[in-house]
Amino acid sequence: MRILYFAWLRAKIGTAEEEVAPPAGVATTGDLITWLQSRGPNYADALANRAVVKVAVNQDYVSMDHPVAPGDEVALFPPVTGG
Amino acid sequence: MAIRVQAEDFDVGAELAALSDGNPSIGGVASFVGLVRDMSKGDGSGDSVSAMTLEHYPGMTERQLAAIEAEARTRWPLDGVLIIHRYGRLLPGDRIVLAACASAHRAAAFEACWFLMDWLKTKAPFWKQEETPAGARWVAAKEEDDQAAERWYKRAP
Repeated sequence: MRILYFAWLRAKIGTAEEEVAPPAGVATTGDLITWLQSRGPNYADALANRAVVKVAVNQDYVSMDHPVAPGDEVALFPPVTGG
Repeated sequence: MAIRVQAEDFDVGAELAALSDGNPSIGGVASFVGLVRDMSKGDGSGDSVSAMTLEHYPGMTERQLAAIEAEARTRWPLDGVLIIHRYGRLLPGDRIVLAACASAHRAAAFEACWFLMDWLKTKAPFWKQEETPAGARWVAAKEEDDQAAERWYKRAP
């Protein structure tokens, strides 16, 4: 599973993208974030407030209960500020 | 479909001309050009912004902009739609975005253009980081942008 981070989430976590293999119990985007938070203080800090974390799976916006699977491209980012 | 995500500047006059050229059924083109502002607040109370860097999510950006254009075309009778959005480091006064809609009549063109900008603001995966005397800072999303986008759910065209 490929995880992408953008904007201040990328800066806080310290990487723009990584390949991960979450344990079997990680079934949804919400589970994935909980698991990522356990990977270190930088993850815990960046993902502490889920109200400001948006999730896309394979480049479409999804909710926190959307299923995730090996091979997915999952992106985590703050609310967008373009235009 | 005309969606472009690019680092380079664009020529507004040439882009608008190209949107309607060769189609005499178009009665009007409405457009919006977004610029980098030199103050973080319009009343002059904010810190000065010396530059802005726009980051985006290549792939998803084009996909979301195409979805927004498709939604506009289902709501209004449009003969042409153009969205150009820049990324990278930009200076005050630089153009960031161009949204333009061509239609037989002005109401559809104006409304669709407004809709494109409201949805782009809340759905297109871009993030702005401003350079100020106090250092770099990420621009926070605005509640009023969410509200501006929401009203298009409630109101049928």
